[in-house]
Amino acid sequence: MTEAEVYAALGDIFRDVFLRDDLVLRPELTAADIEGWDSFKQIEIVMAAEERLAVKFTTRELDRLQSVGDLAALLCAKSR
Amino acid sequence: MTGIPELYWLPPVRDWRASLCEVADAAQDGIWNAAVALANSRLDFVQTNALDAVVRRSLDGTAPGDAVARPVRLAILGSSTFAHLHAGIRVAGLRRGMPVATYENDFGQYWQELHDPASALYRFAPTAVLFAFDARHVTAAIGTAVTAADAAARLENLCSWVVACWRRARDAFRCPILQQTVLPVSPAVLGGNEHVLPGSRARFIDLVNARLRKLAASEAVDILPLDAWSAQAGLARWHDPALWHRSKQEVVPTAGPMYGDLVGRWLAACQGRSAKCLVLDLDNTIWGGAVGEEGVEGIVLGQGSPLGEGFLAVQDYARELARRGVILAVCSKNDEANAFDAFDRHPEMILRRADIACFAANWSDKPSNIRAIAEALNIGLDALVFVDDDPFERALVRRELPMVAVPEAPDEPALVPCCLADAGYFESLAVTDEDRTRTGQYAGNREREALRVASGDIASYLRSLDMELRWRRFDALGLPRIVQLINKTNQFNLTARRYSEAEVRAVIADPGAFGIQLRLLDCFGDNGVIAIVIGRMQNADDLYIDTWLMSCRVLGRQVEQATLALVADQARRLGARRLIGEYRAAPRNGMVRNHYATLGFAAPAPDGATVGLSLRTLDLADFATPDTFIRLISEQPGSPT
Repeated sequence: MTEAEVYAALGDIFRDVFLRDDLVLRPELTAADIEGWDSFKQIEIVMAAEERLAVKFTTRELDRLQSVGDLAALLCAKSR
Repeated sequence: MTGIPELYWLPPVRDWRASLCEVADAAQDGIWNAAVALANSRLDFVQTNALDAVVRRSLDGTAPGDAVARPVRLAILGSSTFAHLHAGIRVAGLRRGMPVATYENDFGQYWQELHDPASALYRFAPTAVLFAFDARHVTAAIGTAVTAADAAARLENLCSWVVACWRRARDAFRCPILQQTVLPVSPAVLGGNEHVLPGSRARFIDLVNARLRKLAASEAVDILPLDAWSAQAGLARWHDPALWHRSKQEVVPTAGPMYGDLVGRWLAACQGRSAKCLVLDLDNTIWGGAVGEEGVEGIVLGQGSPLGEGFLAVQDYARELARRGVILAVCSKNDEANAFDAFDRHPEMILRRADIACFAANWSDKPSNIRAIAEALNIGLDALVFVDDDPFERALVRRELPMVAVPEAPDEPALVPCCLADAGYFESLAVTDEDRTRTGQYAGNREREALRVASGDIASYLRSLDMELRWRRFDALGLPRIVQLINKTNQFNLTARRYSEAEVRAVIADPGAFGIQLRLLDCFGDNGVIAIVIGRMQNADDLYIDTWLMSCRVLGRQVEQATLALVADQARRLGARRLIGEYRAAPRNGMVRNHYATLGFAAPAPDGATVGLSLRTLDLADFATPDTFIRLISEQPGSPT
């Protein structure tokens, strides 16, 4: 998948997870920037991405994620 | 098939974001019903959570006045994390018109809370309790080092502990109790003969689950069989060891909608709100082909044909349901005599007429028939499950009767029983003697009056179908299908004339005649060529409709009216002033006896040219194109319209 496609898919997921239609994803966004982004929401986001983009992350990969950009880059690499 | 246990029997959601906004923006008294409607489509876990959040925010704790089921307060008492599963349970309640509030004990504190009347659990005051013990908790004291005697003792201890929990909850809350079986997450250490290793955790879980079932039966506790569900869909769809270590979620969030539905169907069953009656379509649902067209000998049913055996499996499952108390009914577009004929004469039929408590085989729309079935059986519409292979009929029934469950029945008949079982419509807590004889009670009524069915108004549905009737003259490409339809259509066939390919070619070559093939498209797709008309100038003024036939699948959709407009136009082009239609009685075409009268054809003036009782005429000078919801589109090469 291209980076644009990954961001489009992530945008849909974030809008549903946080119920915010105004959310625009930027690579530098982190859990501190979005209200309600706790560890459970993190799991929801990751599992939704795994399901919708048909990929699977390892514990090591998940532990390295710091930002939306990290997640998008990982998805780009994994869905290639 | 995706990797998750999804609610595949529910129709896909059409426009998720717009539908969610509709719920969010609904007026206070419309939120609940809008949310119920959305909960009855196939939502993934993210969408399920989103719907739940919107409903909770919008209703803000107020009980919806229009819920059909009693509110439930469910306490989940367990040893792992359930926060991610509440939404699926509440949405499963929503799906059934049941407001559900949920509670879960502080992590690991279920025993303490059960025994502390001052705890949050008691303040919550549950009306239903779910016990859910995770595999690591259950096997904590088990391992290969444990002796057989110790393993047996620990099994006894555990069972006593669980029963003590049940009794404590029952004494405290006087409510129904559901016990989840243990997910078999422990990998084998011995292998195929795991069961001979006394300290095996995998073996221990199997033993616990067997004991739980036995104990539950004697303690009047119900079972949530997660072990069986995981065996069916695969453990990986329910459990992820890496996620367990990350979050102590034993059931993965993606399985939330399915987990919730399993709990929701139990809550509904506790209120006696499970479905009571299975309403079956006939053609292509319980046998292959259309009995009205192909005759009893022509339908596909029985041993020797893979498809025919698949339909037998559908019938067998329906009879199994009936024998434990589910009422069976039939709702089919057919002449009743043809439908009965298949039941009475086909040697492979498993279902008998005596198995069917209410038999509606006629040409009225299905929502009207289903209403009549519910009335005749004196049960609510929300107690019905309607199975039909035709997406048009399914969508119509869902739209007109949203309280009727209409599964997205798989095209493969062999999978229909699994679909009905997976959907859990008929979830029952026990089977009584009365259940076993229910069929017999209705069989006594089978000399009932014919259902009186008033047709409903389905105009708005027809408008929503976005129908296109695409027509073209007979051509070489369409010849095989045209000849096939002419020779096999028995029911909607005005003259039942059969023509060979050579005779059809002669129509193409005749400048004083036309042959038209019509194809119907709608929002569900292309129905293929569904009608044929052959017209022929009889003299300078009269166009005689030699052949008019149509597939019964598209009855009641205004195709006849749209076709007439086309025929009139084609006749005018040949210089005709009048249409002449004829009904010639044939063995199976009684249904079109009044076709021409219905379309406004007049009984002929006695002018000599149209003598004969079955002829009717339509004066083209007076004819106004009828209004329909169908767009007529020419596929004629070189034709503008």
